[in-house]
Amino acid sequence: MGVEGIGARVARKEDKRFLMGQGRYTDDMSVPGMRYAAFVRSPHAHAKIRSLDTSAAEEMPGVIAVLNGKQMLDDGIGNLICGWMIHSKDGSPMKMGAWRPIAHETVRYVGDAVAVVVADTMGEARDAAEAVVVDYDVLPAVTDAVKALEAGQPQLHPEAPGNLIYDWQIGDGDATDAAIAAAAHVTEMKIINNRLAPNPMEPRAALGIYDSAEDHYTCYTTSQNPHVARLVMSAFYNVAPENKLRVIAPDVGGGFGSKIYIYPEEIVCLWASKRSGVPVKWTCDRTEAFLTDAHGRDHVSTVKMAFDANNRITALKVDTIANFGAYMSLFSSAVPTYLYATLLSGQYAIPAIHANVRAVYTNTVAVDAYRGAGRPEATYLLERTMETAARELGVSPAELRRANFIRTFPYQTPVIMNYDAGDYEASLEAAMQAADWNGFPARKAEAASRGMKRGIGMSCYIEACGIAPSAAVGSLGAGVGLWESAEVRVNAVGTIEVLTGSHSHGQGHETTFAQLVADRFGVPIDSVSIVHGDTDKVQMGMGTYGSRSGAVGMSAIVKALDKVEAKAKKIAAHLMEADESDIVIENGALKVAGTDKTVPWFQMALAAYTAHNLPSGMEPGLKEGAFYDPANFTFPAGCYIAEVEVDPETGKTKIVQFVAADDFGNIINPMIVEGQVHGGIAQGIGQALLEGVHYDPDTGQLLTASYMDYTMPRADDLPSFNVSHQVTPCPNNPLGIKGCGEAGAIGSPPALMNAITDAIGNNDLTMPATPQKVWAAARLAAN
Amino acid sequence: MYATNYHRASSITDAVKQQSSSDEAKYVSGGMTLIPTMKQRLAAPSDLVDLRHIAEMKGISVNGSRVRIGAGTTHAEVATSAELKAACPAICHLASHIGDPHVRHMGTIGGSIANNDPAADYPSAMLALGATIVTNAREIPTDDFFTGLFETALEEGEIIVAVTFDAPARAAYSKFPNPASRYAMAGVFVAKRADGGVRVAVTGAGSNGVFRHAGLEDALAANWSADAAAGVDVDASDLLSDIHGSAEYRANLVKVMAKRAVAAA
Ligand SMILES: Cc1cc2nc3c(=O)[nH]c(=O)nc-3n(C[C@H](O)[C@H](O)[C@H](O)COP(=O)(O)OP(=O)(O)OC[C@H]3O[C@@H](n4cnc5c(N)ncnc54)[C@H](O)[C@@H]3O)c2cc1C
Repeated sequence: MGVEGIGARVARKEDKRFLMGQGRYTDDMSVPGMRYAAFVRSPHAHAKIRSLDTSAAEEMPGVIAVLNGKQMLDDGIGNLICGWMIHSKDGSPMKMGAWRPIAHETVRYVGDAVAVVVADTMGEARDAAEAVVVDYDVLPAVTDAVKALEAGQPQLHPEAPGNLIYDWQIGDGDATDAAIAAAAHVTEMKIINNRLAPNPMEPRAALGIYDSAEDHYTCYTTSQNPHVARLVMSAFYNVAPENKLRVIAPDVGGGFGSKIYIYPEEIVCLWASKRSGVPVKWTCDRTEAFLTDAHGRDHVSTVKMAFDANNRITALKVDTIANFGAYMSLFSSAVPTYLYATLLSGQYAIPAIHANVRAVYTNTVAVDAYRGAGRPEATYLLERTMETAARELGVSPAELRRANFIRTFPYQTPVIMNYDAGDYEASLEAAMQAADWNGFPARKAEAASRGMKRGIGMSCYIEACGIAPSAAVGSLGAGVGLWESAEVRVNAVGTIEVLTGSHSHGQGHETTFAQLVADRFGVPIDSVSIVHGDTDKVQMGMGTYGSRSGAVGMSAIVKALDKVEAKAKKIAAHLMEADESDIVIENGALKVAGTDKTVPWFQMALAAYTAHNLPSGMEPGLKEGAFYDPANFTFPAGCYIAEVEVDPETGKTKIVQFVAADDFGNIINPMIVEGQVHGGIAQGIGQALLEGVHYDPDTGQLLTASYMDYTMPRADDLPSFNVSHQVTPCPNNPLGIKGCGEAGAIGSPPALMNAITDAIGNNDLTMPATPQKVWAAARLAAN
Repeated sequence: MYATNYHRASSITDAVKQQSSSDEAKYVSGGMTLIPTMKQRLAAPSDLVDLRHIAEMKGISVNGSRVRIGAGTTHAEVATSAELKAACPAICHLASHIGDPHVRHMGTIGGSIANNDPAADYPSAMLALGATIVTNAREIPTDDFFTGLFETALEEGEIIVAVTFDAPARAAYSKFPNPASRYAMAGVFVAKRADGGVRVAVTGAGSNGVFRHAGLEDALAANWSADAAAGVDVDASDLLSDIHGSAEYRANLVKVMAKRAVAAA
């Protein structure tokens, strides 16, 4: 591997600028003549707009324009869309209500935009936004998805009667019901997956620049996938044709899914720039982010897990209601279907599975993919149920899992997925060893002597990354393909630029991707630059989400590197009058194997560009591109163990140890992988113990709209993590890698909840397990 | 934030003059409450009169058992004062758990008391210590000072100059922080005077702000022990209920924090 190649703990190239405050984010961008946008937002969760009076605002100092949704409609700007078609079990297509970037008739959640002000300063724009007078006819609101399905509830969209978007199913219902009827034991649970706000450190921002001379638009935006943003803004929102729209996602300070989607604000900035004749910048503040960034999770499910007399699972039946909020966000429909129900087999051989999923409109902000997207919900449901079953059956949680592990691969589940490789036992063993599982009873007794209730819990997760192949997802309703692109440019002096269609917003692409190239050609990592995030520089690409940059993005780079290597070897063979098949690349030089003949890498590159002495018929230059479409998902899996101490007097939970044993296949940079796992676990701990979005059920007001009320994990909420890796290489991509970006957030919540419920002796506990809830549950158990 | 005018006051007299020259002027000390409120556009003072550079409002002194803390003293200064640690370590401990290091180095005791946030820490110490709030116009006993949520006995334009109190024989503060804000969800300050009198003040839990708890005071006056505190019934009916904690849960926390404070005192 060398010190910089595959497997090396190379310090991140990008960290210097990030840590020194020298990153360049969308809000750092300034162009001559730029002005500022502020949105007028609905204070009501549901209302008709009777009238909108902008006259006072227009007279305010510094105001250039006050624009509304009717004007946007008149200018032909399209509705926001959801890009994945789901059909209900009766065959009907999902019922998508219209989502206008700026509402002009009805507002459906607190924060829905109703007008935008463009002014000389941000302060003036905000002052004028407050002067816009909107007369609302306030309607009743519903925020709870289960309630929204009931008769007589407020109706959000005429297109979706009963607020039902789709009623979808997967698996074999009859076989599942029959197995449950014949079971020796059935574990039943109600499982709630709490709603989360994504909270990337950098709030969203957009800068729209219209150039009237060229009739051309530039959009700087906080996007995880700038090419997809350009495609959607061109094809659906009619902002401009693709060749007249450049989208740049510069440094982006975290996304966790929330920056995949195309939001109203970037479309409005582009449109407002043309309308008002000035570049328009908008930067979200934190409360605005809580109100308008797509939230995650928010499922209510019931589950039945059936066992035979040998504790083998015979069937799993799941019924899920998924809250979609007021509008269908870009990938929302895929999350509780193909990213969730397809993972319900977990690590277990389950002969029959059936899941029914209903997607529901409510008067809340849109819900879409958030770190893990569907897989955390599936894992939480399964692993809470497994733990509960083990308690009911009186067997150890590890034994119950072992008895049901899938052990031969490939394995076809009853819910589409075909697992390609894994060794679940290895991770379970590693985790139990690391956690000193057998020593737990002694630790529990010691804690009890201090008046503390100690508990331990595990979770064996599987997830699916690098969602693919394109033809398969297309047949399931995806509006796009899920391949990735790369171009490798070897410069005349031998330095290398890699243009990738994936996007880094904290993942460390600039380092990991460079390591891949350094490893291949033996060139210094410093001579490799990674270029991404600009549709004018980089060929079409699909961006970064679903832990796809490694498995899919790097595979595309490998394909391009293969082509570069082949041509480089031809040139070197020609220069050294050797046979192409005898050329090897080592330490930055091309050598004739078994001789001392050698051509330095840079000299070969120079030869490619001088073109003075190339094999006859060869084109000059050295630049190759590739598109890679994976053959399958990848399937990272692992075992997480949490050990907690609960203070029964206050209900406060302290995590005393946290063990993560993950199988991500081969690893390029273990340090970056560990960082991803740490961050994921932090968010998983957030979900399990701290975070939860609360809307007032009657008014639809967001009660957790700042850090005064929304509990973000802080350093002292987190233990030191004990992380290890087991490796079964992925057989379906050239590097054998699986993806590590989401595992931490997927695997950790059930481990924590299993541990807390073990500690307090009461299984009836929902996330987040706040001190108040744990105290109340512990008290019930004690009485 | 709305536009505002900034003035640096050089003395208390100067501050009062600057403040009274505009209807919408406000004093600013550490700005740790006022500035975030302004940033959220929930406050819009036309003028800010900065009290941070007034020498008369600074410093800590201990004369015999009489303690005086200038209103402009930061939380960090209180937390680390050697003189205070000798006289009343409980208040140093309290100050060391307010917010984060940034907040502790900017925020002041005067600002905290004037603001009287129902979940702030200092009001409980003032009430339990039976402190006197010294203003530019008068001396106000704490029992008369905290009048409701974010409400105090201060008149328009009145400035807190200092707080004074007698060092207690024993005292301690125990706080259960709100998981999100880390303000007090229930904070209990217990203080026992040299003459045996006990005062117990509770912050974070009361629906009308900081309050003294007669049941805890009586029990602890009779028997200064954690067990005595644990035996007291804390009535939930006047306590706050919100998404972080029901009144019932807060009642439990008051009892537990009281118990732990007595054990620590
Ligand atoms: C992130 C964060 C966390 C925090 N956590 C806690 C916590 O855990 N516990 C806690 O108790 N507090 C907490 N605080 C609040 C903090 O302690 C503030 O410093 C304090 O409440 C106000 O003091 P200040 O000096 O900053 O006052 P300012 O914000 O400057 O002023 C507050 C109010 O008091 C008035 N005022 C200020 N000084 C005087 C004076 N001398 N005389 C009369 N009126 C005056 C002002 O006009 C204003 O109305 C937190 C604050 C932040 C930002």
